[in-house]
Amino acid sequence: MSSRARISGRSYWFVVFHQLKHEPVALFSALLLLLIFLAAIFAPWLAPSDPYATSMIHRLQPIGSPDHLLGTDELGRDMLSRLMFGGRLSLLMGVAPVFMAFVIGTSIGLFAGYVGGKINMIIMRMLDVFYAFPSVLLAVAISGALGPGMMNSLFALTLVFIPQLVRVAESVTTQVRKLDYIEAARMSGARSFSIIRVHVLGNVLGPVFVYATGLLSVSMILGSGLSFLGLGVKPPEPEWGLMLNTLRSAIFKEPLIAALPGAMIFVTSIAFNLLADGVRSAMDIKR
Amino acid sequence: MSAIKPLVSVEHLSLAFTGNRKAQALTDVSFHLHAGEVLGLLGESGSGKSVTLRTLLRLHSERTTQISGLITVDGLDVLALNSRALQAYRGATTSMIFQEPGLAFDPVYTIGQQIVEVILAHEAVNHSVARHRALEMLDRVQIPQARRRFDAYPHELSGGMRQRAMIALALACKPKLLLADEPTTALDATVQIQILLLLRELQKETGMAVIFVTHDIGAAVEIADRIAVMYGGRIAEENAVAGIVQHPSHPYTAGLLGATVDSSHRGKPLISIPGSPPNLANLPPGCPFAPRCTSASDQCRTECPSVVESPAHADLASPPRLACWHPIR
Amino acid sequence: MTPIILQVRNLKKYFPVRANLFSREQKFVHAVDDISFNVTKGRTLGIVGESGCGKSTTARLIANLMPADSGAIIFNGEGVGEIGGLELKSFRKKLQMVFQDSFASLNPRLTISETISYGPMVHDTSKEDAHLQAHDLLAKVGLDPDLFASRYPHELSGGQRQRVNIARALAFNPEVVILDEAVAALDKSVQAQVLNLLQDLKAEFELTYLFISHDLHVVHYISDDVMVMYLGQIVEMGPVEQVYSEAAHPYTRALLSAIPSMDPAHRTQKSPITGDPPNPIHPPSGCRFHDRCEHARAICASLVPALMPVQSSHVVACHMNHPSSGYETSGSDVQYASAGATR
Repeated sequence: MSSRARISGRSYWFVVFHQLKHEPVALFSALLLLLIFLAAIFAPWLAPSDPYATSMIHRLQPIGSPDHLLGTDELGRDMLSRLMFGGRLSLLMGVAPVFMAFVIGTSIGLFAGYVGGKINMIIMRMLDVFYAFPSVLLAVAISGALGPGMMNSLFALTLVFIPQLVRVAESVTTQVRKLDYIEAARMSGARSFSIIRVHVLGNVLGPVFVYATGLLSVSMILGSGLSFLGLGVKPPEPEWGLMLNTLRSAIFKEPLIAALPGAMIFVTSIAFNLLADGVRSAMDIKR
Repeated sequence: MSAIKPLVSVEHLSLAFTGNRKAQALTDVSFHLHAGEVLGLLGESGSGKSVTLRTLLRLHSERTTQISGLITVDGLDVLALNSRALQAYRGATTSMIFQEPGLAFDPVYTIGQQIVEVILAHEAVNHSVARHRALEMLDRVQIPQARRRFDAYPHELSGGMRQRAMIALALACKPKLLLADEPTTALDATVQIQILLLLRELQKETGMAVIFVTHDIGAAVEIADRIAVMYGGRIAEENAVAGIVQHPSHPYTAGLLGATVDSSHRGKPLISIPGSPPNLANLPPGCPFAPRCTSASDQCRTECPSVVESPAHADLASPPRLACWHPIR
Repeated sequence: MTPIILQVRNLKKYFPVRANLFSREQKFVHAVDDISFNVTKGRTLGIVGESGCGKSTTARLIANLMPADSGAIIFNGEGVGEIGGLELKSFRKKLQMVFQDSFASLNPRLTISETISYGPMVHDTSKEDAHLQAHDLLAKVGLDPDLFASRYPHELSGGQRQRVNIARALAFNPEVVILDEAVAALDKSVQAQVLNLLQDLKAEFELTYLFISHDLHVVHYISDDVMVMYLGQIVEMGPVEQVYSEAAHPYTRALLSAIPSMDPAHRTQKSPITGDPPNPIHPPSGCRFHDRCEHARAICASLVPALMPVQSSHVVACHMNHPSSGYETSGSDVQYASAGATR
C-alpha cells in the first residue's frame, strides 16, 4: 500500500522501471546487453579491421597479439572484428523470430483464450502437435525442409516459437477473462473487441512479454545451432554459431580462441535470461 | 489462582518483517493465559492477531523476521528452542487449527493416515494403538461414520467435516495449548455454530487452553473467557468477555461494537469508524488508532500509551488491561 | 402501490459436471432450480443462504452474465433480450452490479478515473464528460477526486476500492444495483462505512438494491424484503421484519438461531441443525431440507412444497405450514436476540 503523500498518478511502466532499479543483477545484464548491441550495430565503424580479410601468415595468433587484440582465426581473420560483425547476425537471430512470434502468438492466444469453448480447443490441440516435438528438432526439420539460408532459418525459428507463445497468451487470457473486472466490463455493454483492447490486452501482454524475453536466448542458441549445422548463415559471413563450427579444428591448438564465439553466445543468453528474471519480479505489482 | 504460574506468557513481543515487504507487525505485545482458559484475540486485517499466533509456533521464516521479547509455554522458552525441541513442542505441547482446513491436510494421504502419523511422530506407541486413537478422535469430533471417514481423502469431505477432522488432528496428541486461527470464518453460519460448540465442549473436556483468533466479535463471545482486542500490532484492550461487550473502555473497541451490525440498528445510520486500518510499514508515531479516533488529543498523536492493568481490579488473576490516554468511562 | 421494477420468472440453471472420464451419465449441479420473484421499485431485496444455495448464480443470471437454461427476466414490463423487448445494451445501463472481491473487480492497469469513465464512454459519452462525471461520482462515494482519480487500484485500501466499484456502477445512472456480497470481504469498521454510504446513495439516486449476502445481520439492517434460498430454491420470502420475527420455514429458523449470541451470559447451547448443506448435484427428493429438518414427515420426502402465503406478502415453502399439519409456526422459539438490548 502506498503512503498517502503520493498524489500524482504514475504509469504502470514507470512503476516497473522504478522497481527494476532495485534489481542490480538485471541492471548489470541490461548494461552488458546494451554494450553488445552497440558493438554489433556500430561494428563497421568500431571494428579494428576487415572481418573478411584473410591472411595465411597470421593464422591462429594468440589472444593479446599486437595487431589482433583477440587473436585471429584459422584463416587469419581478426577475431575481435569478426565477433563484432558476427553479433549483428546472431542478435538478429535472437530478436527477430521472437518478436515475430510474439506478435503472431499473442494475437492467436488472445483470440483463443477470450473466445474459449470449442474454438479454443481446436486451436490449442492443433498447436499441441507442434508442441510435441523438441524445439531443436523442429527448427532443424523446418530449416532442413526449406533449405539453408538466413531467411529460412529466421522463418523456422518463428514457427518454433509461435506455439509456445500462443500457449502462454491463451492461459493468461483464460485466467484474466474469469476475473470480476472483465465481468464488470461486460456489464457495461461494451463490445468484445473493446473489452479485449482495454481490459484484456494490457494484462496479458506483461506475462507474455516476460516469457518472450526468456526465449531470446533460446532463439539465439538455436540460430547459432542451425548455422553450426550448416543450415543457417553460410561462410564466410561472420556469425557466432558458424564461427564456433569452423574453429572446431583449432580447438587443440588455440582452445581459448576456439571458445570465444561460444563465450559470446553464453554471456549474451545468460544476460537475456537474467534481465528477463529481473523484469518478471519488477512487473509483479501486488496489492 | 494468581500464585499458579500461567501456562502461556508472552512478554514484550515485537516482530518486524524484514523481507521484500517491510512491516512492523507486532509492537510490545504482552499477555498471559492459564491452563484451561480461552483467550479470544480480536482484530481486523493487519492487527497482528494471526502473526501473534504464528509466532507462538515459530512458523515465520527466521531469515525475514526480527523477533524480540519472551514467549514461555508450559515452562519452555519457545524462542530459544532448537529445531529438535521445536518439533516436539509443535503438535504435542501446542497445536494449531487453521481457517482453511484444505491447506492443513496433505491431499494425497487419507485423513486417518495423517492423524496416525502425527501420533506416531510424538508418542512411543505402535501402529494399532495409534490407529485406535485416531478413530477415537474422529468419533470425539462427532464425525458420523468415523470408520468410513478414516479412509477418506481430504477432498472427499465437506467443509464442516474437514474442519472437524483438522480438530481431531490437532488434538490427537492432547496438546496443552490449542491455537485456533479463524477456524470458523470460511464456514456457513449453520456449520460455524456447530464447530464453535464442538470446540467449547472439547475444551471443557480436556481442560486445554485455547487462543482463538477471530475478526468476528460474535464468535469470540461464544467461545472465549477473555478477549484481547488488537489494533496496529498492539493490544488495545483486554478484559473478560462481558466487560468487553458491555463496557468497552478503548474507543476502538467501542467503535468496533458500534459498527457490528445487528437488529437494533435497522433504519438508523451505523456508527462507523472513519478512515482505514493503519499501514504497518508506516505506523504513526503515537497511538496507532489516533488518526481514526474521535477523542484523540495531541498526546495521542505523539506518545503511544502502554498497556496498563486496571488498579481497581488488581486482585483478579487477570485484571482488565487498557492502552489508552482517554478511556471511555 | 409502488410498481414492480424487476420480475424473475421460472429461472433455471443447471451446470453440467462430469463425474469421471468413463461415466456416460451426465450429471448436473442444480444451481438455480425454477425460482420466481418480484423486486419492487425503491425497495431493497436481500437474498440470504449458505454457500451453494444459488444466490450468486441468481445474481449473474439476472445480470445476463451467463445464459439461463430457461426462464425470463422482465424489466419494467419489458422482456430482457427478447424480440420486441428491451435490448441488452440498454438493459446494461439500467442494471449494474458490485462484486465481492474489490481487487479482482478493478482492472489493475487502469487508473480509478479511467475505470469509472469506461462504461459511459461505451455508451457514447465524450471522454471529457465521462472524466468529469467520474470526478463527481468519486466525491459522491466519499473519495477526494483530486487525491484518488489518477491512482491505481493497488494503491487503495479494500474499503476505498469498494467505493470505486460502487461509483463505477453508478456511472450508468442505473435503476437497479445488484450487490453480490459487496461488504463481505471488508473489515467490520469499514463495512459500516460502506453500508451507510449505500443507504445514502439509495436515497439520493432513487435506487433499487438486490443485496446478496450470507450475513444475516447485514441483510436485516439493509433490506426491506428478504428471500431465503436453500439448494437452488426459495424456501421463504417476505418483508424483513416479518421473516426475522416470525420465521415460518424450519431452515430460516435454523439460520437465525445459528447467529452467535453476543451475550456472554446467554451463549448458544445447542446447534439448531446438524451436518453440512447437502451436495447440490444430488439434491434430496421432495422438500430439499427434509433430511436436516427435525419436523420432517413422510410427505416431505415425496412431495415438493410450493410457496404458500403465511400472511399477505410473506410466503413459505413448507408442508408443515399448512394449517392441518398441526405444526405451529409462531416463531416463538427463534432466538434471534438483539444484541443492542443486552448491552
